[in-house]
Amino acid sequence: MATQHSRSAARLMMAPAVVLLLGWMLVPLTMTLFFSFKKYLPLRGDSLERGLDWVGFANYVRFIGSSSFWPSVQATLIIVGGVLVITVVLGVLLAILLDQPFWGQGIVRILVIAPFFVMPTVSALVWKNMFMDPVNGILAHLWRFFGAEPVSWLSDASVQSIIMIVSWQWLPFATLILLTAVQSLDSEQLEAAEMDGASPLMRFWHIILPHLSRAITIVILIQTIFLLSIFAEIFVTTGGSFGTRTLTYLIFQRVVDSQNIGLGSAGGVYAIILANIVAIFLMRIVGKNLDR
Amino acid sequence: MGQITLNQVTKSFGDVEVITPLDLTIEDGEFAVFVGPSGCGKSTLLRLIAGLEDVTSGAINIDGKNATNVPPAKRGLAMVFQSYALYPHMSVRKNIAFPLRMAGLDKAEQNRRVEQAAAVLNLTDYLDRRPGQLSGGQRQRVAIGRAIVREPAAFLFDEPLSNLDAALRVGMRLEISELHKRLNTTMIYVTHDQVEAMTMADKIVVLNAGHIEQVGSPLDLYRAPRNLFVAGFIGSPKMNFIEGAEAEKLGAHTIGIRPEHIAVSESDGPWSGVVGVSEHLGSDTFFHVHDTGLADTIAVRADGEVGFRHGDRIHMTPRADVIHKFDAQGMRLP
Repeated sequence: MATQHSRSAARLMMAPAVVLLLGWMLVPLTMTLFFSFKKYLPLRGDSLERGLDWVGFANYVRFIGSSSFWPSVQATLIIVGGVLVITVVLGVLLAILLDQPFWGQGIVRILVIAPFFVMPTVSALVWKNMFMDPVNGILAHLWRFFGAEPVSWLSDASVQSIIMIVSWQWLPFATLILLTAVQSLDSEQLEAAEMDGASPLMRFWHIILPHLSRAITIVILIQTIFLLSIFAEIFVTTGGSFGTRTLTYLIFQRVVDSQNIGLGSAGGVYAIILANIVAIFLMRIVGKNLDR
Repeated sequence: MGQITLNQVTKSFGDVEVITPLDLTIEDGEFAVFVGPSGCGKSTLLRLIAGLEDVTSGAINIDGKNATNVPPAKRGLAMVFQSYALYPHMSVRKNIAFPLRMAGLDKAEQNRRVEQAAAVLNLTDYLDRRPGQLSGGQRQRVAIGRAIVREPAAFLFDEPLSNLDAALRVGMRLEISELHKRLNTTMIYVTHDQVEAMTMADKIVVLNAGHIEQVGSPLDLYRAPRNLFVAGFIGSPKMNFIEGAEAEKLGAHTIGIRPEHIAVSESDGPWSGVVGVSEHLGSDTFFHVHDTGLADTIAVRADGEVGFRHGDRIHMTPRADVIHKFDAQGMRLP
């Protein structure tokens, strides 16, 4: 069978999927770009039927000029960075722990994955009401048991609390990927290092960690993509107050609370740019790590 | 110095006893080969000596000192693994220097010893490459280099050549033997290949099902195998075993005769049969002879120019002085 022939057949058969995916991405992207250059305030009577006023870059200037813009970028980066550090460090340690043979290993491994199956909204509410509530939460009881004053987590340590909640959700993912990587390590390499006189700590540092570098990069890459857009956890806990307003949340407030679609769309474009800057950095690191 | 003594060593995994009580002494500077079929416990025995497995009972002495509970790194032994176990993210130089780095040697001394080992093993040009960029033979040499720099009391090799192709295997075999002569250090070498055992060893330890069948020099084992297992295992092609009337004539339950000790001719000889497959190696020819009335097939080694063909009826004469006799239990009779 001619290669040319099968190639064009393949293109034809892939076409529906490609068109659908492109539409799925391009239509919202174009609409966001379109709105970002328009004055669009539905409550003031603006609507698509009556036509929207072209305002040039006014929305962009206003969004970035707002006093909440830079703090929101900062909050985003702190939350993403904090979650990444916690999930990767604990993920590596948990993966190594789970790789050791112990009784009930199978069940423990399944339980470890469990938090990943809980919906973000549900887990955030559980954390808010059952753990972090300053009156009835388990943590408050624990604090009182030791004679300390309970902390009102979500107002006094809001960013840390959000990082904690999101880390709890993503730790299973990191652990799972890192566990498979740990399991793929050739045991003879560890034995060779042992014979070469490397202590357990040295074996971890010189053999296990370099072996995991690729998996760690992948965990960081995938998590960053999802963490840049966390929303539900903030919505149901602090509602964006106490310094937890991320860029995503700011855009949501501009569109829904202030009913300013043009301004929100401009924010959306900024978010796309920010995500791409992060992605370029990550891709370079990943590329370096995956080339080997 | 590197004398290794095993005293009543056993090893069990759960209920399965892989090594039955075993005594063995390997002298300083000796090249000892553990050989046996797969699953006979030879690798386990090596790992016990290395300290990667703990003995269930018994004692291991290295240089007269009890090393049974000494951790692997402190035993002064270096091991070359079957998979080479090179560290893939380190350059060849760093791989070889790793044990020195772990021992806390200074940079200059590390470099000096790495360069020295690289020169011995022809690796100087590859020092800055990664293991992934090397061929199988070069990786093998890096693994040996990593063992040499530690200047160990003894080297342990775990089937080091089994991942190489046939031509390279012969070359590496010579290199390792050469290295042994030069360093004059004790080496313990595990293999399932009796050719490697015969060509390299000072002392062969034939293992079967977790116990030692026989210990001796290659020629001792070849000339006087203690039992049927060793007789069948050492030598290629395998020794022919004949039972029944022919054996009883010599007062044995089984007699064994090696293919190279049988002369063939067209017309005369006490045994006769029909040539089946003949393997021409150029220097020699192996005939597999059927319908002899003695055993299923008799393998015979003849000169390369002997031209019998498939289906020819030939006559065979065993050399009377090298017929091995075994009793009903398979033990050698004098």
